[in-house]
Amino acid sequence: MMHNLTIAEQIKGLKSRDFSSLELTEHYLSRIDDSELNAFISVTSEQALTQAKMADSILAKGNASGLTGIPYAHKDIFCTKGVKTSAGSKMLDSFISPYDATLSEKLNSQNMVMLGKTNMDEFAMGSSNENSYYGSVKNPWDTKKVPGGSSGGSAAAVASRISPFATGTDTGGSIRQPASLCGITGLKPTYGRISRYGMIAYASSLDQAGPMTRTAEDSAIILNAMAGFDERDSTSANKSVPDYTKNLSKSLKGLKIGLPKEYFSEGLDKGVERVIIQAIKDYEAMGAEIIEVSLPNSMNAIPAYYIVAPCECSSNLSRFDGVRYGYRCDDPKDLNDLYLRSRSEGFGDEVKRRIMIGAYALSAGYYDAYYLKAQKVRQLISEDFKKAFKEVDVIMGPVSPTPAFELGSIKDSVSMYLADIYTLSVNLAGLPGMSIPAGFSDNLPIGLQLIGNHWSEELLLNTAHQFQLKTDWHNASPVD
Amino acid sequence: MTWETVIGLEIHSQLKTKSKIFSGASTAFGATANTQACAVDLGFPGVLPVLNQEAVKMALRFGLSINATINKNSIFARKNYFYPDLPKGYQISQFEIPIVGNGVIDISLEDGENKIVGITRAHLEEDAGKSIHDMYDEFTAIDLNRAGTPLLEIVSDPDMSNAKEAVAYAKKIHALVQYIDICDGNMQEGSFRCDANVSVRKHGDKLGTRAELKNINSFKFLEKAINLEVERQIDILEDGGSVVQETRLYDSIKNETRSMRSKEEANDYRYFPDPDLLPVAISEELLLEIKKSLPELPTEKKLRFVEKLGLSSYDAEILTSQKEVADYFEIIINKGADAKLSANWVMGELSAALNKNQVEINDSPISANELFSLISRITDSTISGKIAKDVFKLMWEGNGSVDEIIEKQGLKQMTDTNALESIIDDVISNNLDQVQQFRDGNLKLLGFFVGQVMKATQGKANPKQVNQILNEKLT
Amino acid sequence: MSLDNNKVKEIAYLARLSIENSELEQSTKELNNILSLMDQLGEIDTGDAEPMAHPLEMSQRLRDDQVTEDDLSEEFQEIAPKTGNNHFLVPTVIE
Repeated sequence: MMHNLTIAEQIKGLKSRDFSSLELTEHYLSRIDDSELNAFISVTSEQALTQAKMADSILAKGNASGLTGIPYAHKDIFCTKGVKTSAGSKMLDSFISPYDATLSEKLNSQNMVMLGKTNMDEFAMGSSNENSYYGSVKNPWDTKKVPGGSSGGSAAAVASRISPFATGTDTGGSIRQPASLCGITGLKPTYGRISRYGMIAYASSLDQAGPMTRTAEDSAIILNAMAGFDERDSTSANKSVPDYTKNLSKSLKGLKIGLPKEYFSEGLDKGVERVIIQAIKDYEAMGAEIIEVSLPNSMNAIPAYYIVAPCECSSNLSRFDGVRYGYRCDDPKDLNDLYLRSRSEGFGDEVKRRIMIGAYALSAGYYDAYYLKAQKVRQLISEDFKKAFKEVDVIMGPVSPTPAFELGSIKDSVSMYLADIYTLSVNLAGLPGMSIPAGFSDNLPIGLQLIGNHWSEELLLNTAHQFQLKTDWHNASPVD
Repeated sequence: MTWETVIGLEIHSQLKTKSKIFSGASTAFGATANTQACAVDLGFPGVLPVLNQEAVKMALRFGLSINATINKNSIFARKNYFYPDLPKGYQISQFEIPIVGNGVIDISLEDGENKIVGITRAHLEEDAGKSIHDMYDEFTAIDLNRAGTPLLEIVSDPDMSNAKEAVAYAKKIHALVQYIDICDGNMQEGSFRCDANVSVRKHGDKLGTRAELKNINSFKFLEKAINLEVERQIDILEDGGSVVQETRLYDSIKNETRSMRSKEEANDYRYFPDPDLLPVAISEELLLEIKKSLPELPTEKKLRFVEKLGLSSYDAEILTSQKEVADYFEIIINKGADAKLSANWVMGELSAALNKNQVEINDSPISANELFSLISRITDSTISGKIAKDVFKLMWEGNGSVDEIIEKQGLKQMTDTNALESIIDDVISNNLDQVQQFRDGNLKLLGFFVGQVMKATQGKANPKQVNQILNEKLT
Repeated sequence: MSLDNNKVKEIAYLARLSIENSELEQSTKELNNILSLMDQLGEIDTGDAEPMAHPLEMSQRLRDDQVTEDDLSEEFQEIAPKTGNNHFLVPTVIE
């Protein structure tokens, strides 16, 4: 079945004309149609078919680039010209973006086929995809469970094989955690690796886009297309893009793997722990050396993140005011009414909570105690990692303290926030991180987290790929 | 009951870059509404700012001109508030670490005294758009062309103690930013905006509560507004009340200030460093490059005019206050004309003609070279100073070059001693009474004789020679 | 640091959000819950650590002063809630 092929295999298949891009696209569109996971907000069938036909003509001429004709799902946080871009929110339900995000342009320039825009937690705020204006997304492994968030739609789409890969964004774990809960491979690169221009901002100093695929090899192929300097983004790193597929096959003999002792304390589900420990043993068998490290400020990541992110987002979301685009309330009486009602009616509860937390933390008299203090903690967390990476090459641990939980089971924000414990510090330090399928507990997928030093995506992908050569978790599928 | 006034000025100077501070849209004035507002300026979701190099250089030019501290790593901060002409719901400005720190500037007061005014800081920020309230009855119309235009906000120390000092300071800054070519100074178009912070106190007391005056677009109004405000505050305080810290708009038609229903009611701007921008690093090389590119500044130029050219401080101040005037004047001097004579002509006849006809010196129908020629003809005695004024008028109206006019009108000064002597002899012999009175002691009559000679020569006699010969013959 | 209902209303207004009186109690509780999480920050000794605004040590890149954007006002105004005479319109603002 075409949908069980990896991207690497699909590229080969298109090249050798085993099938056409149009066939591939129609196949996926039909699967999307049948899917009840609510993974998509918009399905751009007409546009996709047009793109597929165009790709086929390029493939026929024989001068196609690697990814020509490959379909993908695009998280609805990326602006796509002429196509609805909602960020999962009523505020942008009517927003047809007049411009393309850099990432959208990049993928278009490869003549890829966009199947549609995926569902997500509103404005990327959430860990379960239950905060979307367009309804929750279901986990393909158990439709009563959450897929994780905020890139829940993307994760569910890839896991249920209704798209070969999907784009995601990660501010506090939003690629890695849904990847873990849905049993796929998710990569958040180093901050600055991929352009943020056109990616609707949540927390500017933490947001980063990344590929969500089934395999590490696919991830490397996609990262090649996504990465690169963008002059329209001041926080984009002017660093050359290596070929991320080149060193996937290097042996891991002598690789030093750090296990933070803080990651293996109480609160970690026994099933998750079992999977992670086994995965580490597998790495040992491949010749890696396991070293205990300490990241003493790990727990502090939660209050630090839940101040920095709301502060930045409270400001980033001020532009949504009903004046130039997006939702405007009916018959505003005066300017204040316009603002108050458009914003209160347009935003969901979690978004409003974080905006208010941010506004409070930045307000007069509280800046030092909250924002400034949080940024100092951020420095400490960053230094923890710096120290650790002097002794080890890669740090490993869990992604989520538990497997996927029941839809509607976590009602209060704080409990939801606490589950981000393993992923937040990576964003605070701007480091690259991956989640790869490592096993199951109660028939639910568990992801292993790999964390690297700045700009070590090649090493991470190599480390992940080798695991996927030795194990089969990434091939497990919830569907036929 | 003597009240002291304390005034500080905040000047927003629009930098004359081609594109906006954080986007590549044009800053040209007068375009159709919203045609120069790109995605970044409109604050679409996902857009990001990138800093215009020229805006940075212009800020540095200003900083170096006032001998200010330059902050080698300045930070952009977000000033958060809601207003429809502020698309992102925040203005990108600078807060804790501005690009330019403390500096000084000296101003000349009316009585000729100098005063040193401190400048607290100058920072870069983006301008907001325009709100038009009278286009529709039930709506306010928003034009975002101006949104994103680079501004340099120049904040003075509260060093001024009356409206005239404030105006002198504002004018000095106004001249300076044009001198160093960072702003076109057009107050009508809003390129140069002055806000005044005014408070009063009794001598010896601590600073009083200040009010901020906005919406002042001329130096005349600045003086009026400040004076009104001082009166208003004194009246309140003398009645036993207290001054409210607020923003007041100056209404030039009613000549009053009124409280602005604050657009930022909760003035909590929640400043924090903008995470979309990184610290602006200024290298020594860049500073050196900019220092080299600065023109001679007004203060240096004035000193040179006084010391090297022997001009009075007053004259030098006037001639150097505007770069175009100084440049014009220097063309004439550099060709060898007498400094004092040239100064008189530029500040006198030329200035009067320019003002009368509402013409800028750069558009003067008489170029610096042509004025030099005119002055030369006075110096070489071809014409008298008085006749030169007539020639000037004719040149202004486009009647040809200096020499052409002198020739055509036959205005050459009469310098032939013999001819003059003969005319003087005639005048003397026709006015023997006055001759006698003169010889008896009425020396004022010399003027009468000079007048008669001038009449006889249609004003063309060389006055110096006439005087000399008359004196010889009459005594 | 605990917020009362009035403070919550103030903060909401600062962010131009409105909370129905019927929901105020609940909102205040939720926010206080989150705040107690944030307040843990107070117990951390950050020593002489500098605040970290960006994860990468980079300076701001400068772009050339060139006009690079065309007039797309028609497209932009097509998606605006209310326009008139090339302007974006909002209910009258009194200054």
